[in-house]
Parts: sequence; structure tokens; C-alpha cells
Amino acid sequence: MSFNIFKINEDLKEFMPPEIVDLEEKATWGNPKRGVMDLPYSKELLEEHSLCAGCPESAAFRYILASLPNPEETIIVNSTGCTSLVFPHIALHTVHSLFGNQNAIASGIKRVLEWRFPDKVKDVIVLAGDGATVDIGLDCTLQSFFRQEKITTICFDNEVYANTGGQESGLTVKGHVFKMAPKGKQWDKVPIWQIAIDSGCHYVARLTVSSPKKVEKVIKQAIYVAREVGPTYVHLYTPCILEIGLNSDDGLEEMRRTDKERFKFFEYMTDEAKEVIQRKKEEGLI
Amino acid sequence: MAKLGPSSYSPYPVAMYESILNPPPGKALMYDEIVDEEIAMREAAKAMLTRDNPTIFPGPQVLYEWNEEAKEKARLVRRIADTLGAKIIPMYDYRPKYPKIDPEKEINPNHPNLTIWHNNIKACIFVGVHCHYANVALKIIRAETDCFTIALCGNAGHEDAMITLRDQHTEELEKFIRVIEEVKRELGR
Ligand SMILES: Cc1ncc(C[n+]2csc(CCOP(=O)(O)OP(=O)(O)O)c2C)c(N)n1
Ligand code: SF4
Ligand SMILES: [Mg+2]
Repeated sequence: MSFNIFKINEDLKEFMPPEIVDLEEKATWGNPKRGVMDLPYSKELLEEHSLCAGCPESAAFRYILASLPNPEETIIVNSTGCTSLVFPHIALHTVHSLFGNQNAIASGIKRVLEWRFPDKVKDVIVLAGDGATVDIGLDCTLQSFFRQEKITTICFDNEVYANTGGQESGLTVKGHVFKMAPKGKQWDKVPIWQIAIDSGCHYVARLTVSSPKKVEKVIKQAIYVAREVGPTYVHLYTPCILEIGLNSDDGLEEMRRTDKERFKFFEYMTDEAKEVIQRKKEEGLI
Repeated sequence: MAKLGPSSYSPYPVAMYESILNPPPGKALMYDEIVDEEIAMREAAKAMLTRDNPTIFPGPQVLYEWNEEAKEKARLVRRIADTLGAKIIPMYDYRPKYPKIDPEKEINPNHPNLTIWHNNIKACIFVGVHCHYANVALKIIRAETDCFTIALCGNAGHEDAMITLRDQHTEELEKFIRVIEEVKRELGR
């Protein structure tokens, strides 16, 4: 694919809507140093979103899309859930997978791209909810880790099946009551970040999205390590304000609160990952 | 089905079910007939010059400057529009659009009928739209509207269009412009 794919032909430019012209003129392409600090000044790769007002997933999306080091050569594979409704608004190649299959599909895409474009860097990222990543898709998620696929998996953990109206998931905390889990969950939250480490991920991070700069750093590290070494996993707490009964402006407070407890920043990296991250830091890319 | 006017929605590839196939190389398809390219071009020009609100829907392959041919084709599409006196409404990408599209400024392959209804378009040209989405959009337009559809296709054509011209590259587009000028003269425009 040519980078010129984003350049509009002069002869037809006047017929293009302004948001598309902006993508050519004001978005940050071809600059691996792009990041969340560009957000106020540049055209975002997310046009608008279809999530509930104030949903922390929307903030997570903006930070992640602003942090991709190579958006023009990035493919995001997603799964069904609240997040999937946002993908049509994203100005990147995205592939919607059958619920739970996202890591298997991403593995295939990554392998084919490596074969088809051996001299290009192509990043493949999975972005899915907790139900997709840890319940129905757990098999595909872990198998991709075991096979050492060079992909980054990002889980939006809102601790519930939000899109289908509030069923408990493996990542719901013990005792939590939801509309469709009236007796309260009877088992512990699955420690998927630990399972990711045990299953062969080279970089794992767990955090909330309360701090944009922290999200940027983690995402860049995860992508650079996946490119060179093997699977990486990023676990983001993006509370479902609707299902836990918070107001639109309460999401950030909820994340700040849990920053100090359940979702205290946690990071793991193998020696190979450390080497990559150190090198990228020296290059000024992180 | 090969006729003009709403065919109502069918989950099947309607034209193909009626044994309407794409034309062989060097030929064109007009309704359900294989004809010479020149004849189809003249009919296409006539439809665009005589029906209400003629509009060209350029797709990503001509909208974006991804190679030299695309650049040249964009120039020619613009000339075709100017010669025909047709409007241009782009199909700049294929993402389903929520909550709604602006039918005055865009056409989306997932509900192209909205743009056609809103602007009362009675003849249109698809050019530079990737095959799969052209097929989807043309099928929906045929199902829902009485718009006369013309495909200027760089590959094998689209049997769901009323006129399909295949292997259309810069040379063929230039020829189409000459044909339009001729038909215009004949119509006394
Ligand atoms: C194969 C399959 N099974 C079930 C569903 C129904 N389904 C749609 S969204 C969803 C829940 C998604 O939960 P999660 O992955 O946590 O994402 P969230 O909506 O919470 O962001 C389910 C079960 C489906 N679409 N496909
Ligand atoms: S239901 Fe929850 S997770 Fe889904 S968009 Fe609304 S607040 Fe966000
Ligand atoms: Mg969820």
C-alpha cells in the first residue's frame, strides 16, 4: 500500500467533505513521534463515537489512536461489543471478527502481511472487550500467546458484558451484582495479566486510562516489542459507567480511585523486551 | 430485472440469477444485451444528458492520488462531469456511517439509495469504486430506485448496472468524452 492512499486528487478535492480533507492535511501520518500531545492540534483518526456519553472507552480510543507509531501501516482487529460500534468511525484499516476469534484472525493477518510485504513494517493490534478477550475468546487469546504471534492485544476491561446489557464476565469482580447477574458473581476476577505472562507475552501492562501520557507510553512499548519479539498484552480498565450506575462525568474519578488499588499500574517485560524498549527510548521514540 | 425501475430487494445476485453476465473483453453490457462499447457509450451519454439530476459517484480508486493513473483518471472524471453538466458526489470510503450520512455530500455503499432518493437522481455513473462495493451498491440501487446506473469499470464490469463498460482506463475515458460531445451535438445541446 502506498502512503499516497491518503492524498486526495486535486481535480476532485472540492467535492470531498472537510473531515476527509482534514485527514490528509491535519492528521499526523508518517511521524512515529506522534502522541497524545497532538490531540488538541491535529485531526484525530476517530471522527466521532457511538458510545454512551462519558464512556471511558472513548477516551481510551482517542489516546490509543493518537499513540500508534505507524498508523498508516496498522491494522486493528476488533470483536463484537461496545467497542465494535466505534470502528466504522476510525480512519484506519480495521477488521471486525466473529466474537472471540479476534486473536486468531490477527495472527493470520500478521503472518500474511509479513509474507506479502517482507520489507515493510506492519503492526497488527487486537482491541476487544473483556468478554471477548477473556471469556468467549480466551482460547484464541492464549493460543496466540503460546504461538508467539507478533501482535499486540489490548483488552478494554469494563468488568461486564456491557453491549448485551450487563452479564457477568470472567473479569467481573467477585460479589458484583449486574442486571443480568442478580445473585452476584461467585468467583474471583480472572488475573489475565498474570496468565498473559505465564503464557509467553513479552510485555504486559495493567492500568486505567486516567493518564493519557501513561497510556501512550504503554501502547508504544507494547507495539514496538510485538514488532520485534513476540506477543504483548495491555489491560486497560475502562469502567462501564452505565452498568455500574455512574454519571457521565464520573468515569475519570472512578479510574483515579482504582488507580490506587485494583488497577494500580503494573508492568512486566522480558529481557528481550527491555532491550527493545531501551533502544526505542534512545532513538527518542518512546 | 434488467429493466429500469425498482426490482425490490432480493438476497440473491439478481442479475446473475436472470443469466445476465458481464460482457466479454472488448464488449459492453446494456440491460441484458452484449453490445459494442461505442453503442453502450452513446446510450450512457444519452441517459446522463437527458435524465434528471445526472450524477457521477467517484470511488477511492480515482479520488486518491495513489498512483499516476489515478491522478490522470481523476482529471478525466472531472472532465466527464463538466462535459455532461453532471454533479459529483464522492464515495470516499466504505465504512458504514452512523448516525446518518449527509446525502447531499456523500454516497455510502451500504445505503446508496438514500443519496439517490434525496437528490432525485435519475442517472448515475460509478467510477473507481472497488468491485465488491460497486456490486453491493448497484444491487441496492436497482432494488430500491428507478435510477439509470452506469458502471465505468477498470476490470470486468458489473452486471447489476444497466450499462456496464469494462476495462475503462484513460484511453477509454477519453473516448467516452468524445462520444458525449458527439451525442450532445446530436441532441442540439
Ligand atoms: C459469537 C457471538 N456470541 C455472542 C454474541 C453476543 N454479544 C455481543 S456483544 C457481547 C458482549 C461483549 O462484551 P465485552 O467483550 O466485554 O465488550 P463490551 O460490550 O463490554 O465492551 C456479546 C456476548 C455475539 N455477537 N457473537
Ligand atoms: S454500555 Fe458501558 S461500556 Fe458500553 S458505551 Fe455505555 S458506558 Fe461504555
Ligand atoms: Mg466488557
